Amino acid sequence: MIVELGHFALILAFMVAIFQMIVPMIGAHRGNTAWMAVADPAATVQFLLTAFSFGALTYAFVTSDFSLSLVVANSHTLKPMIYKISGVWGNHEGSLLLWVLILTLFGAMAAWFGGNLPPSLKARVLAVQSSVAVAFFAFTIFTSNPFLRLETPPFDGQDLNPLLQDPGLAFHPPFLYLGYVGLSMAFSFAVAALIEGRVDAAWGRWVRPWTLAAWIFLTVGIGLGSWWAYYELGWGGFWFWDPVENASFMPWLIAAALLHSAIVVEKREALKSWTILLAILAFGFSLIGTFIVRSGVLTSVHAFANDPERGVYILAILAIFMGGALLLFAFRANVLEAKGVFGTVSRESGLVINNLLLAVSTFVVFIGTIWPLISEMFFDRTLSVGPPFFDAAFTPFVFALAAVLPIASMLPWKRAKLARPMKALLPALILSLAIGLLVWAMHTGKTVLAPIGVALSVWLLAGAMVDLWSRTGRGALGGRFARLARLPRADWGKSIAHAGFGITMFGVVTLTGYQVEDIRVTQEGVPYRVGPYEVELLQVDENVQGPNYITTMAQIAVREADGRLNDVMRPERRFYPVAGMPTTEAGINNGFTRDVYVTLGDPQQGGGWAVRTWIKPFANWIWGGTIIMALGGALSLSDRRYRVAAGAAKTPPPPTGVPAE
Amino acid sequence: MMRALTLALAVLIALPAAAVQPDEVLDDPVLEERARDISAGLRCLVCRNESIDESNAELARDLRLLVRERLVAGDTNDEVVSFVVDRYGEFVLLRPTFGGSNTVLWLAPIALLLLGGALSVAFIRSRSKSTAPTEAALSEDEQARLDEILRD
Repeated sequence: MIVELGHFALILAFMVAIFQMIVPMIGAHRGNTAWMAVADPAATVQFLLTAFSFGALTYAFVTSDFSLSLVVANSHTLKPMIYKISGVWGNHEGSLLLWVLILTLFGAMAAWFGGNLPPSLKARVLAVQSSVAVAFFAFTIFTSNPFLRLETPPFDGQDLNPLLQDPGLAFHPPFLYLGYVGLSMAFSFAVAALIEGRVDAAWGRWVRPWTLAAWIFLTVGIGLGSWWAYYELGWGGFWFWDPVENASFMPWLIAAALLHSAIVVEKREALKSWTILLAILAFGFSLIGTFIVRSGVLTSVHAFANDPERGVYILAILAIFMGGALLLFAFRANVLEAKGVFGTVSRESGLVINNLLLAVSTFVVFIGTIWPLISEMFFDRTLSVGPPFFDAAFTPFVFALAAVLPIASMLPWKRAKLARPMKALLPALILSLAIGLLVWAMHTGKTVLAPIGVALSVWLLAGAMVDLWSRTGRGALGGRFARLARLPRADWGKSIAHAGFGITMFGVVTLTGYQVEDIRVTQEGVPYRVGPYEVELLQVDENVQGPNYITTMAQIAVREADGRLNDVMRPERRFYPVAGMPTTEAGINNGFTRDVYVTLGDPQQGGGWAVRTWIKPFANWIWGGTIIMALGGALSLSDRRYRVAAGAAKTPPPPTGVPAE
Repeated sequence: MMRALTLALAVLIALPAAAVQPDEVLDDPVLEERARDISAGLRCLVCRNESIDESNAELARDLRLLVRERLVAGDTNDEVVSFVVDRYGEFVLLRPTFGGSNTVLWLAPIALLLLGGALSVAFIRSRSKSTAPTEAALSEDEQARLDEILRD
């Protein structure tokens, strides 16, 4: 019964979306206030109906309702409750419903918090947002309906893919979708502004929080995915340049460019048409990502479209929205007149370089991802593009970005001289060069990239601190510290996010350049050395019963050089009988400066076990930096100027100006 | 009963070998390192998107052993790679070759950087030369609203 109601609510939400797509748009065109105003309640109703529908599907999973074919295919009564819930979005149909739910949530939030927008812009934004929703409602209902019943329900389900039964991956998709779909708001704002024919500082200020929010969610989502790959896939890689990973990375890069160029629009009324174009492309890459993940075109090049119908449908959505928006852009971009005038050396120019480098980096990922497809279709060459290509082609641009960032971020607006930020940054420059040289001198790796990368990370980190400190002006130290605490959160957010970038980069280059690996057959009770540590296989327990799996669990001790016990790690090899699938669980001893990472291999014929051990330097810095980047974004998002702008309709700010805290 | 059955099943279904096995490792560390380097650049043909160095598949193991065999026989890195490519085609290379249609792949990012750089320079120059246009786009009401919003 509840399932039927959910199904019905979904169809009703589809109807409301069609209504909201058309009526407010016409209202805005004719200047009819009542027709425009109808978008607000429609957006709320659309969200509530979709939320009910999603709730109904969740209910079916929680109660293991095996009359639903989706529940049968992705759940099992023995599965722990958290994975019953995450099973809702651990499959195509359910995750699409989550997609739509978040899409309508963003639409409703624009209606709730958009009191400040001019009525016609707001109506158009909500109508455009709703048109995206219409496309995805139709996709869900006609090709991927999660509410299909079975005539004869089986006694039990087929279980969720064991690799997905993991806390890191349980929350990875919702964050990613919040990011992907959050970019639809930037898209809606861009298209609405093109229809209006006007982009000004206020537009920049409205669109930036949405982009920032989307970027934060993408950052967290990608970080979770990478962390999961690190500890779950069993060889401690954190990024594989897999098409599906690239699908999430491209919108992230473009969103990073967009949230920087939106600052220029907000502060200086320049880069308007470029920012609009970025907003359109950012959502375009979200859709491309959706296409890549769901069509199966690129996961394996040979199985062209695992599911042709779905792939074609997403391709159609992509073509209609990107084609339409870009056409609109071509016709209307000329009405967006740039106002801000700035010198060759200025913050504006710095942000242009930022956008150039981020856009080219995105393009590298894009062309590498789709090249196998292009090559096969047009040149009749079946080939692969893997990590070696991306490492070679992507790294230079990131390094260039890191080299320019600290200087550009300290340049004043309008007109600047390089000498001033360079003088302030001199200590940071010397420190980074010194550390880079030190690493170079001690360096045992094969690549020169690692010392350069380390120097650049230090440069970023120290540069971010100098930037923040320079904002406190001159004078006595005490006064500067007091001012530091009173700096706007946007300033803090900027420096923290830039520092996070440096920290992640440090983790990536040191881990890639200096990890130590050991592969061997070892007997129980025979210690051996790996790097500075002593490792010993203590015992192996076979056939231990888990909640829904059977596991072989080893205990491996890792000791410091002086023999002090550091940790006993428990790597496992699990077997999930329902899905008939084995998984490995690595044993990881996390540390600030290194992870010790062990996996258990096969039992050997002559006794003993295959054991792989890695010392992974600064591994945690990769995800630590990611969290810090997201935190910086969140601080920036909570800056007073957005709250003032959002709440201005109700409470005008006191004229005296109160400190942000 | 059920449990015994699943246990039996678990034993029967062989667990996959985990990437490079101890018995594959060559005694000569220099050769072994070269083997690892080469393996990281060769695709496991039956996997989704993994190199033979990371893969658990049987075929990947065979290829790893083949690479080591060739190295022990005295081949250079390039000879080993072309030996594998001759048998399995260009598809095994994770790093696409430079040449033919792939030139586009390798040069496109640089071309885009140059083009974008030229456009950026032109844009920045035009901005530094032009004078600010007169403020006329906003009506009075809108200007007042904008001021209210922008007031920090």
